[in-house]
Amino acid sequence: MKWLNKKTLKRYRIFIIMAALNIILIIFFPNIGFNAVKLSWKNLLEMLAVLPPIFILLGLLDVWVKRETMVKYMGEGSGIIGILLAYLIGSAAAGPLYAAFPVAGVLLKKGSKLSNVFIMIGAWSTTKIPQILFEASALGTKFMLIRLALDLVGIAIIAAFTQLSLNKQEKEEIYNKALSME
Amino acid sequence: MTIALYVLAFAALVLSFVKSKQNTILSLKKAWKSFENILPQFLTILLVIGIMLSVLTPQQISELLGSKSGWMGVFIAAVIGSVTLIPGFIAFPLAAALLNSGAGYMQIGAFVSTLMMVGIITMPVEIKYFGKKAAIIRNALALLFSFGVAFVMGVAM
Repeated sequence: MKWLNKKTLKRYRIFIIMAALNIILIIFFPNIGFNAVKLSWKNLLEMLAVLPPIFILLGLLDVWVKRETMVKYMGEGSGIIGILLAYLIGSAAAGPLYAAFPVAGVLLKKGSKLSNVFIMIGAWSTTKIPQILFEASALGTKFMLIRLALDLVGIAIIAAFTQLSLNKQEKEEIYNKALSME
Repeated sequence: MTIALYVLAFAALVLSFVKSKQNTILSLKKAWKSFENILPQFLTILLVIGIMLSVLTPQQISELLGSKSGWMGVFIAAVIGSVTLIPGFIAFPLAAALLNSGAGYMQIGAFVSTLMMVGIITMPVEIKYFGKKAAIIRNALALLFSFGVAFVMGVAM
């Protein structure tokens, strides 16, 4: 089998270890083990339902949006427009936070300002519109609104501090990482 | 919202295809590559969540987060929220059930906020893109912020 090479095995080693752990659980604690498989499966289906459009849009963004365009709207000096766009991209998203990192990678590769990328990550983590609606119906509108108001401010503060804590070299490394990813 | 994203992605694909077939194929290749790039971590995270949620049951969580548990409860809630990654379809009903079974708004505020903003399990993916320092700082600040959210919830709700 061509795909089953050393490199693939190495990349998937932690997954293989977790799968083995799950099989051990099934043998010794069938209830917990099978329940874990059921939960993982349900979660997998849920994720596979939301991820395709995100990655398709990411691919199109990567190919079609010119670097100059990204720099103009989200780069250094993009000001309030860049910040609003970052909130918008994050909030319009669906899917888990870890799907936000590849998107962040493409934004960085195209020259988006680091603090704007952190705002996008923050918005993706907590002000996603579908999630907010779900939160309001489960925990009440008041709870949701208080958290949303705090989050909108908190996201900007966290983004600003994270950016400030990095020196020039560390920032360059982040951009280089993004550029080296295909 | 997911449907809206599908409509948007489909419309964008059609538009892209009309403009250039080659670029569209390239886009799809890049889309697959980015996905395949995080696939190992993605599958691992799913398994970790599954195992974690079947070992740590909602009943156990609710015992730890009673409304009289005070700041200790907030602390426990923040730890649980940080180390677990509970999908929305379980998290919100769980939070509502916790409230009904006696957890306080402060504890639930800390739990929901850390659940979304702090990700210990997803840290390896974050480090892959942002490096160790930025990932740790972002998560630490988000944790701190979540205590603020808990405090406000305790006062306001």
